[in-house]
Amino acid sequence: MAYSNKVLDHFKNPRNVGVLDKNSKNVGTGLVGAPECGDVMRLQIEVDDATGLIRDAKFKTFGCGSAIASSSLATEWLKGKSVEDAMRIDNMDIVEELALPPVKIHCSVLAEDAIKAAIKDYQEKNGIVPTTVENTATTA
Amino acid sequence: MEKRRLIYLDNNATTPCDPRVVEAMIPFFFEKHGNAASRSHQFGWEAEEAVDYAREQIAQLIGADEKEIIFTSGATEANNLAIKGVFEMYARKGNHIITAETEHKAVLDTCKHLEKLGAEVTYLKVKEDGQVDLAELDAAIKPGTILVSIMWANNETGVIQPMREIAQICEKHGVLFHSDATQAVGKIPTNPREVGIHLMSFTGHKMYGPKGVGALYVSRKNPRVKVTAQMDGGGHERGMRSGTLNVPGIVGFGKAAEIARLEMAQDAERVSKLRDKLENALTKLEETKVNGNIQSRMPHVSNISFKHVEGEGLMMTFNQNIAVSSGSACTSASLEPSYVLVGMGLGDDLAHSSIRFSLGRFTTEEEVDYAIEAVTNGVNHMRDLSPIWEMYKDGVDLTKIEWSAH
Repeated sequence: MAYSNKVLDHFKNPRNVGVLDKNSKNVGTGLVGAPECGDVMRLQIEVDDATGLIRDAKFKTFGCGSAIASSSLATEWLKGKSVEDAMRIDNMDIVEELALPPVKIHCSVLAEDAIKAAIKDYQEKNGIVPTTVENTATTA
Repeated sequence: MEKRRLIYLDNNATTPCDPRVVEAMIPFFFEKHGNAASRSHQFGWEAEEAVDYAREQIAQLIGADEKEIIFTSGATEANNLAIKGVFEMYARKGNHIITAETEHKAVLDTCKHLEKLGAEVTYLKVKEDGQVDLAELDAAIKPGTILVSIMWANNETGVIQPMREIAQICEKHGVLFHSDATQAVGKIPTNPREVGIHLMSFTGHKMYGPKGVGALYVSRKNPRVKVTAQMDGGGHERGMRSGTLNVPGIVGFGKAAEIARLEMAQDAERVSKLRDKLENALTKLEETKVNGNIQSRMPHVSNISFKHVEGEGLMMTFNQNIAVSSGSACTSASLEPSYVLVGMGLGDDLAHSSIRFSLGRFTTEEEVDYAIEAVTNGVNHMRDLSPIWEMYKDGVDLTKIEWSAH
């Protein structure tokens, strides 16, 4: 199976690899997937108190090229977005952007789950009632 | 890294056709295009003679009589013919077949098919080293057992089964023994009569011959084994496999067998040194594990798990330059890791983290050196990206984490 150029680019030059202080009040961490399934993503967001925008995002992923590209792309999209807008990122946007084949759609689902888990963690830490958004809007 | 020729370390998937084989085949496409079954003219005689010669070359490689070689389209067909053919032919004797969980799908799925037709199949588990447990095999045989089918060498790990011991158990109980020897023939000595195998499947394209041609060895004396044909037609191959013979393919298969017979020992010695060099270098990386019995293993294969690195992702770091295959079936919709590795007791996580390197006749030391460097870099790159490697390094007990299986 051939990968799209965008997947290859994110795989070779992954954006925002790293770790944020998970104990910081402004940081939300999402850890999804399982080693037994061959995919684990850890995605973190750091929210700016003053603006309410996502100031930074970092990831590390154990998985195939598409999983790494999906999480790398997600961190790129998250930066500068409000938490509400971040909630609207839909896995199909990732599929489209990276031209993922059907067998790799689960990678994008995992990335969406990681975003949502990171936001949930941030909201819980800050006593914010979680917002649920129907995935109808598109991003990017 | 400079641009270079793609390095092929996936010889268990298929081997390149040896140029000497290609050369032998060429006349049989145009000049000598005859049908080996045409008895009335020169074209047919010529083709028949070429097929007979190839049959001899192949029989010689495995120490068989040329009448014991039944040509097929490949090892999958040979496995089908052997197992289904015995099931039908010996139906009056019983319906019980014994095989192992780590067999190739061509054997496993054939057995599953027969279960629907009334066969009873025992799938033996293998030990951690990949070998079947002889006591378990012995205990599994019962009065209705008609066939034991155990592969000679495993495609994913290269682990060689204790063939003689299995044959002795079959002999003791008077049960037929079939072996899928696809990965072994042409690379290590494989003499079915000497070992006590009654049916043996193998194929051209795993031994530097062409694709689309294989053979089933069927013992003709002590015991004389018969299989029911699975392909009806003109009664070719002594009635066991109808269909016009693939003359160029068979000629190439024969040539490949001859080369293998003459060069096997030196090939094996050279390639095993390269394999050991690769394996020794890669297992110097932290948290690596060689899968399968290394005392009883094909000379050209190494299956290594790189902990906390996903196999397909790892391959992607170097697959512009090196071709290997992975125990992580992440490319298939099932997301299931290799059943062979899981069958050996490897956790799903380690199975996802494994890479199979299979070297071959045309692998050079320079290529191995390059592969060592590229794979090492790839593992380090993937570990830098891996959250579970980071956790492992931080002393987190990964088994204590509640993972969200998906």
